[in-house]
Amino acid sequence: MDFANLLIQILNSVQYGLVLFMLAAGLTLIFGIMGVVNLAHGSFYMLGAYLAYSLSGLFGSLTLAILGGAVLSVVFGLALEWLLFRHFYQRDHLDQVLLTFGLIYIFEEVRSMLWGDDVHGVPIPDFLGASIPLTDTLSYPVYRLFMSGVCIVLAIGLYLLISKTRLGMKIRAGAFNRDMTESLGINIKLIHAIVFALGVALATVAGMVAAPISSVYPNMGSQVLIMCFVVVVIGGIGSVRGALIAALLVGLVDTFGKVLLPQVSGMLVYMLMAAVLLWKPEGLFKQ
Amino acid sequence: MSSSRRLVLSRSATLIAAASTGLLLPEIVRAQGAKVRIGLMLPYTGTFAQLGVAIENGLRLAIDEQGGKLGGREIEWFKVDDESDPSKGVENATKLVQRDKVDVIIGTVHSGVQMGIHKVARDTGVLTLIPNAGVHAATRALCAPNVFRTSFTNSQPTLALGKVLMDKGLKKAVWITWKYAAGDEAFEGFKESYTKAGGTIVKELGLPFPNVEFQALLTEIAAIKPDVVVCFFAGGGAAKFIRDYAAAGLKGKIPLYGSGFLTEGVLDAAGPAADGIVTTMHYSDSLDTARNKKFRLDYAKTYKSQPDVYAVQGYDTGLLLVQGANAVKGDLNAKPALYKAMEGAVIDSPRGKWTMSKAHNPVQDIYLRVVENKENKVIGVAAKALSDSGAGCKMG
Repeated sequence: MDFANLLIQILNSVQYGLVLFMLAAGLTLIFGIMGVVNLAHGSFYMLGAYLAYSLSGLFGSLTLAILGGAVLSVVFGLALEWLLFRHFYQRDHLDQVLLTFGLIYIFEEVRSMLWGDDVHGVPIPDFLGASIPLTDTLSYPVYRLFMSGVCIVLAIGLYLLISKTRLGMKIRAGAFNRDMTESLGINIKLIHAIVFALGVALATVAGMVAAPISSVYPNMGSQVLIMCFVVVVIGGIGSVRGALIAALLVGLVDTFGKVLLPQVSGMLVYMLMAAVLLWKPEGLFKQ
Repeated sequence: MSSSRRLVLSRSATLIAAASTGLLLPEIVRAQGAKVRIGLMLPYTGTFAQLGVAIENGLRLAIDEQGGKLGGREIEWFKVDDESDPSKGVENATKLVQRDKVDVIIGTVHSGVQMGIHKVARDTGVLTLIPNAGVHAATRALCAPNVFRTSFTNSQPTLALGKVLMDKGLKKAVWITWKYAAGDEAFEGFKESYTKAGGTIVKELGLPFPNVEFQALLTEIAAIKPDVVVCFFAGGGAAKFIRDYAAAGLKGKIPLYGSGFLTEGVLDAAGPAADGIVTTMHYSDSLDTARNKKFRLDYAKTYKSQPDVYAVQGYDTGLLLVQGANAVKGDLNAKPALYKAMEGAVIDSPRGKWTMSKAHNPVQDIYLRVVENKENKVIGVAAKALSDSGAGCKMG
């Protein structure tokens, strides 16, 4: 592999890693703060992709679709939290797993009823449709760079929200000691609802932003779910910073694994996870 | 006294219950003139749900066109959703044979589930028609006199590719697919035909199924700069591959060829990125024959939707079954005569006339198609009357 090629593959790794981060951030947030194992997280990603497909057709613009979809997903997240998840924070993890596993099936069936089982495409907006030539045969799509940009903005936004704002302080306090936080007069139920909706919105936006590149198809959520869990476990459950580092690591290992060790590329990410767990059983950045 | 009376009562109750649920009935009513029991084992939920529906629609259309009967006998249908779940394959097929006492199983789409059905077919000898799954073993090493396939083997479409590429002067190829049985078997067909025609496969790229992160491998392709890229992908992943290939700037620089499943059912999703992709397959929606046009019109009228290759395969399954049943006047238990009739059948299919190979797989024309305006346009026949090798098949 020559130097130019190496650089391009590193770019590929970082780009993939950032998308993984956006997906895993919501999962790790919900688990870290409410202690809910949410297997339906991948379904929110799928929902996002289908929303992008429908809304971009309706509005004629993907940007408007993403904005509208983000609002919808927050509403959806709040409703879901109020109806179901709220009652499961104190329950056993097994109950949560059963609930969210059931939700996967429900979401798949609803998807099938609303949108059918076809594969759909979402057009890339014209102003992002170009490609930058890198070598004489290879170009890099501008949209992929845009995706990375969105992920970086979200990462910074999350960091600022959690470590620099008053709301972030309350969220951290609630995760640290629920009872004490409540007795200080902070409405922990509201905090939980906000965090849950934020987690759902992150996954949905990830699905919407990824839709033009990934295309939109049934069961697309279950494919990303496993990678999300790998990222969350490597990064340390509940740690947003850990998720970022882990996502970039997974991106590197997956990309270079496919190129350099194609025979075992399917296993490499899981071997990385096993190695990290042996070294640090709680993940890289346990809170 | 009272306990033995209770015993008698409960036993007769069991007997009545068994009879009424059909556990005993078949022995009495399975005589001639009773209904033919057809068991459909197809995916009705999950990723392949639409394929299951298309196959059943095609099958029913064919049988209805022949009067809705098999050799003069009425039909009773039994349906099982196989969920494309290989772990339930044997169990579901056994249910159809043991509980429903079907005369024939029609299924399925997923090759893993097919191997489950195949085990039951070989164990019980029940007539089995495969309307899609292309797994080699079913008509090769594990072929069986009671198992007939009406679709293709996974390597059949790619077997037609090698010569086509060499005729175009494309001598160095990169192959890319998912690393799973269907991908490996498609590769086998491509490798055999391409190397025989004098081509060189410079690199074989693969990623785990159903991973769709192609970017690293596309970068690899751009660095290798082969004459041509040949692939096997299907469904949502295929649409993504086509779009990624174009977005990476490879479209127009290195031609993309593939097994026809690459461009089936995904052309709307793939958009203009798919234009110019050349594939080989045993059917195309746009096949310009009177037979195909009539089929497409009838299907559209009946089901208010457009048929695809899966509907055609289901339709052909129906034609084959009707021909077999008519030859034995509906007596599906006359197995030697039934199998002989089905082996000798000429199926007048929308895809063109085809016959059965010795291993019970279609001997069929493979078309060369190019994507133009969201349509697989037929540009010729890549291979006439192409037969799968049937390697290792010993009947009986």
